[in-house]
Amino acid sequence: MASQEVLREEPSRGSFINDPKVRGIFFQALVVVLLVAGVWWIAHNVIANLTRLHIASGFGFLKGRAGFDISESAIAYSSDSTYGRAILVGFLNTVIVAIVGIITATIIGFIVGIGRLSQNWLIRKICTVYVEVFRNIPPLLVIFFWYSGVLAVLPAPRDSINLPFGSFLNQRGFYFPRAVWGDGSWLIFVALLVGIGMAWFVARKARQRQMATGQQFPVLWTALALIVGLPLLAYALSGFPLTFDYPKQSTFNLTGGFQVRPEFLSLYLALSCYTAAFIAEIVRAGIRGVSKGQTEAAGALGLRPGSILRLVVVPQAMRIVIPPLTSQYLNLTKNSSLAIAIGYPDLTATAGTVLNQTGQAVEGVVIMMVIYLAISLLTSLVMNWFNAKMALVER
Amino acid sequence: MRGSGNGPEWELRSHGKKIRVCPEKQKKGLWVMKHIAIGILGAATLGLVASAASATTLDTVKAKGFIQCGVSTGLAGFSAPDDKGDWQGIDADFCRAVAAAVFGDGTKVKFTPLSAKERFTALQSGEIDILSRNTTWTINRDTALGLNFIGVTYYDGQGFMINAKKLPGVNSALQLSGAAVCVQSGTTTELNLADYFKANKMEYNPVVFEKLEEVNAAYDAGRCDVYTTDQSGLYGIRLTLGSPADHVVLPEIISKEPLGPAVRQGDDQWYHIVKWTYFALLQAEELGITKANVDEMKNSASPEIKRVLGQEADTKIGTDLGVSNDWVVNIVKAVGNYGEMFERNVGSGSPLKIARGINALWTKGGLQYAPPIR
Repeated sequence: MASQEVLREEPSRGSFINDPKVRGIFFQALVVVLLVAGVWWIAHNVIANLTRLHIASGFGFLKGRAGFDISESAIAYSSDSTYGRAILVGFLNTVIVAIVGIITATIIGFIVGIGRLSQNWLIRKICTVYVEVFRNIPPLLVIFFWYSGVLAVLPAPRDSINLPFGSFLNQRGFYFPRAVWGDGSWLIFVALLVGIGMAWFVARKARQRQMATGQQFPVLWTALALIVGLPLLAYALSGFPLTFDYPKQSTFNLTGGFQVRPEFLSLYLALSCYTAAFIAEIVRAGIRGVSKGQTEAAGALGLRPGSILRLVVVPQAMRIVIPPLTSQYLNLTKNSSLAIAIGYPDLTATAGTVLNQTGQAVEGVVIMMVIYLAISLLTSLVMNWFNAKMALVER
Repeated sequence: MRGSGNGPEWELRSHGKKIRVCPEKQKKGLWVMKHIAIGILGAATLGLVASAASATTLDTVKAKGFIQCGVSTGLAGFSAPDDKGDWQGIDADFCRAVAAAVFGDGTKVKFTPLSAKERFTALQSGEIDILSRNTTWTINRDTALGLNFIGVTYYDGQGFMINAKKLPGVNSALQLSGAAVCVQSGTTTELNLADYFKANKMEYNPVVFEKLEEVNAAYDAGRCDVYTTDQSGLYGIRLTLGSPADHVVLPEIISKEPLGPAVRQGDDQWYHIVKWTYFALLQAEELGITKANVDEMKNSASPEIKRVLGQEADTKIGTDLGVSNDWVVNIVKAVGNYGEMFERNVGSGSPLKIARGINALWTKGGLQYAPPIR
């Protein structure tokens, strides 16, 4: 077929200058040379100007002592750590808020998206209002709404709101007891893993049996018993090694326990709510994209509405949903840089502080760009893989 | 012809040679070319921007007709817009003094409000001509950042402020272990804070914002127990809080914070103009030249006053500096002498009521001292 053989020529009659292949290579080489020259020129210019202005350059500063503290850190960090580690802390904070944000946004998005197609008038309208409100407000305002409008008006630490299980809520954040694992608690985690593995195996067997014989097996209850029961058994056997560290009132704040700071909380809630509105629309479009005949055919086969959605509509809708979903995940990750407005120490904030303390703006911005690019490419890669996996279902 | 039944194909004829190209491929080729072209153009513009700024600062300032002055986003007494939108404060007035020296007109200044984080890049990149923004002079900023501080317009030190109503028992910074501390990011304050708590083996919980207003709002809302910044700043900020009387500044001063204007390295002439504007302000105060009496002083019998005010015959002091010979007259007419500037903005004439303290002239036991203008 001609369309596969894209570029070809009649038997050659002229000199090789007119050979389209040679020309093609020549122009491509020319572009590469120009590009390299352009990049070199810019780099040279930057270095020359930095030298002229007596501004330090290079990445040696990353090994210097940071000297400032960071409020939230997933890894050990103090003011004695290096600038490089400070940037790493910021990077991890960005990753944490992006991952939990993506998970929450996806759950809310799917619920609202399906809700917009509900037969129930009230559910449908509530979901429509949700989408229209959050989709039409800039994310920064949503962040400020949660930070200044909701969390800042909570009571001061002395008048914390008492919640069940020894948790507290005040304007410094949400405090809950932290689990302290004693000796022998590794057994509990092993039991949990074994439980999950066995539940997965049971589910697989039950499915095979249903395919073969049509008989059903109470998978849910068995799985629950395995996943919850086994760790509980291990907990009892290892002599109840789990204790809790409860938050307590001290001079200034609540101490002890685990604190979720309002900066994280408001960023996480805002990004989730904001992105969920877009995901809801994508999900709705995906479901509407599955032809009505599919639903009707499934109904004719005697499937219940829930099963129709789960077995027929959603798997087909997923193929439409995943590619735009990737863009939303990338948006959420990049929007997390708005954290700077409320002081959550994400990558932009910490790298910005490092940039300012060292004065090495060019290097600082390059590091930030490379890291955001890497996060985004990785997200795309995972989603493309997922997309390819879902697409294979097609017959 | 093969495959001619498969949609339109374009036939190109060049130098007697026939090439058939599938339209899709050609479109894609064009697209790629276009984007590469845009990329190269974009890159070229960036490069050009980086290579600008080769003329002297004085020339560019004279050519554009005003001085671009980097100030804070709003710190009472130093640089904050008043109810008419005019920038007031020591730092803003200092830029007016430089404009008066260069143009003979103190109004030829445009102000750029900058966060602590933006300030150095703005100066390095040539976006502003002077950084006059309560900035601490440190060796790192003089060397690695490529700046030149011209002197100290305000000797300050870092302090702590708390809400005494909420924390009645606290009267020393050493009682602050476990507190949540509000601080602006990218400042020496942030570094001193970490050092101070570490040195005294105390814990704290940093609550860090980029902009001053954000720190103020968070402290006022009770997000943190303690506000730390330069003591003069604390007095200024206290005035803007909901109920200023509830807040007290703790006695400890934990650092030296010499605040002063800075310029870029590599332009000695501009550096000297800005530096000697500062010295002229001090010299005027020392000689008793004020905004009110500057014109009378021109006829003074004192040779020193005549020399400073450019009344000496065939004087070249001003022109050697690159400005007119009556530059000191212009400076004092625009903003007064250093003492007047101080009292008007942060001293007895302002709501801040800060005493001169170590910011008094050397003749009155302070640290402000100018080399002779001769």
